[in-house]
Amino acid sequence: MSHIWTMIAKRLALGVLTLFVVSLLIFLGTELLPGDFAQEILGQSATPETVAALRERLGLNDPMHIRYANWLADVVRGDLGESLANGQSVSELIGRRLGNTLTLALYAAAIAVPLSLMLGILAALFRNSFFDRFANASALTSISFPEFFVAYILIFFLAGAGGAFPSMANFRGDPTLGEYLYRAFLPALTLTLVVTAHMMRMTRAAIINLLASPYIEMARLKGMSPMRIIVKHALPNALAPIINVIALNLAYLITGVVVVEVVFVYPGLGQLMVDSVAARDMPVVQGVALVFAAAYVLLNLTADVLATLSNPRLVHQR
Amino acid sequence: MGFLIGLFWLAAVIVASMALGWLFRTIAIAISPHGVAKEFRTMPLTAGFGLLMILTYVFVAIFAPIIAPFPETEIVGREYQAWDNVHLLGTDNLGRDMLSRLIYGARNTVGIAFVTTALAFILGSVLGLLAAVVGGWLDQFLSRTVDVLMAIPALIFALLLLTIVGTSIINMIIVIAVIDATRVFRLARAVAMNIVVMDYVEAAKLRGEGLWRLITREILPNAMAPLVAEFGLRFCFVFLTISALSFLGLGIQPPTADWGSMVKDNATLISFGDITPLLPAGAIALLTVSVNFVVDWQLHRASGLKE
Repeated sequence: MSHIWTMIAKRLALGVLTLFVVSLLIFLGTELLPGDFAQEILGQSATPETVAALRERLGLNDPMHIRYANWLADVVRGDLGESLANGQSVSELIGRRLGNTLTLALYAAAIAVPLSLMLGILAALFRNSFFDRFANASALTSISFPEFFVAYILIFFLAGAGGAFPSMANFRGDPTLGEYLYRAFLPALTLTLVVTAHMMRMTRAAIINLLASPYIEMARLKGMSPMRIIVKHALPNALAPIINVIALNLAYLITGVVVVEVVFVYPGLGQLMVDSVAARDMPVVQGVALVFAAAYVLLNLTADVLATLSNPRLVHQR
Repeated sequence: MGFLIGLFWLAAVIVASMALGWLFRTIAIAISPHGVAKEFRTMPLTAGFGLLMILTYVFVAIFAPIIAPFPETEIVGREYQAWDNVHLLGTDNLGRDMLSRLIYGARNTVGIAFVTTALAFILGSVLGLLAAVVGGWLDQFLSRTVDVLMAIPALIFALLLLTIVGTSIINMIIVIAVIDATRVFRLARAVAMNIVVMDYVEAAKLRGEGLWRLITREILPNAMAPLVAEFGLRFCFVFLTISALSFLGLGIQPPTADWGSMVKDNATLISFGDITPLLPAGAIALLTVSVNFVVDWQLHRASGLKE
């Protein structure tokens, strides 16, 4: 069992290393920003003295590696600087919206993962049938659709004149759980539609891959029902690729929220990032990008570890 | 009842497009010379439909000024006019002709996506092939760099870079080309790795062929099939990314007609039950679906899987 921990530790170290390089990249972004950072904060009308004073206060006169070390230390402590647009603390800005984005991604995942697993198993069970072909064709189609197209089609049919759902997901105050689920239903459904196709196709492929193995043939000869063969015998061995695909799509959900949040005016991180990019509010963009990248790296890491744990031959190695 | 009508329309559209695909295939077989006609015979209906659609888009993009009834950026009516005989698809939020902008959008959006993909492709495949052939520290350096760049989600990375360099068409093309080049690099390197170890490459090296000749004459011809298929897929991704950025207001800037920003500008109409803003989004979707169909066929053919 001990080597599994070494492996996890190794993967974790690799993840931390990746995050470190990513942070370096994000930091270098500010360095490449044309013009003076202090000038940017104070605006055009600032006197040279105030700019010089601010440069001193922000430590902009130090060499680059020292500034990077300071910045990284601040980030680790949870201090991401102040927004150029309104002077608010970036950590606070992000903290207020991170929960919203995570809830939306979780909401979508709670619908998408069981749905796509079920559809994938059914497609493998009835492979080459009309259902299977239809599922495959719609998967190919839905992968080709831009997210905002899916979102607006849903708004067109389910919101608007006489529609059952609100087309804007803005909340005032603290909504109750039921109200939240109702108001965020369309964004969650959009995300679900975008990721389900891929997960379903991969689940089907992973299971069908195994159906040619001798042990499945044995199970079939024993007279087991096809459903039992797939769920009890094929699925456990197909778990590793399926877990990987699920994690990949959850990671995709995190970036996919950017467009969907803008369509539905959902107060999340993606919306914040888009607004900040337009205003070139570098500290906010840095902070949000760091959070997104960390989530992405973490999810991939979890997938790797879970995929290994799902294989008994790797867990109980001699 | 509404559901049944929707289902009926869906079926009608599928049947009509398959009929178009069949018609196109028949004509293509009839007019092309013998050797090429054989290729078309194996083409599934979906691929026929896809190819026809791609040709239509290219035609519209090239002859946009002739086809479009009104100029691209001129205000020719009131805002949000309904569909009528003069403005077939109505007017947009500033009173510009919707149909004309849709036609010019084919030129701008597809053109920019194509240039970006080509750039990403040249960059990615040259570096990928180079890494595979030269190997050693160059390979290590390039591969590790690409690994790190790929650890950041593409759209987020694009947004970050666009903040740094500022939003303009040229910047967007370069940023997306660089990000997508990492994906092309991975594939080109993987494909070339399998070819580099072959005996005939060894022989070519011993013959004293230079690096450039080795890549272009010996390795590239054998790596072409997967790379061409990847070009199609990559085009879809780039096209969708550019549309998403334009939709977010960070890509192609007004007054240039572009499908992504057209959706954004006229989105308010959707809540009133007007379908017009969905048309540019549908145009994006139709092109990506078509390219996917053709790529599917080509991959099937290249992998040697025959019915």
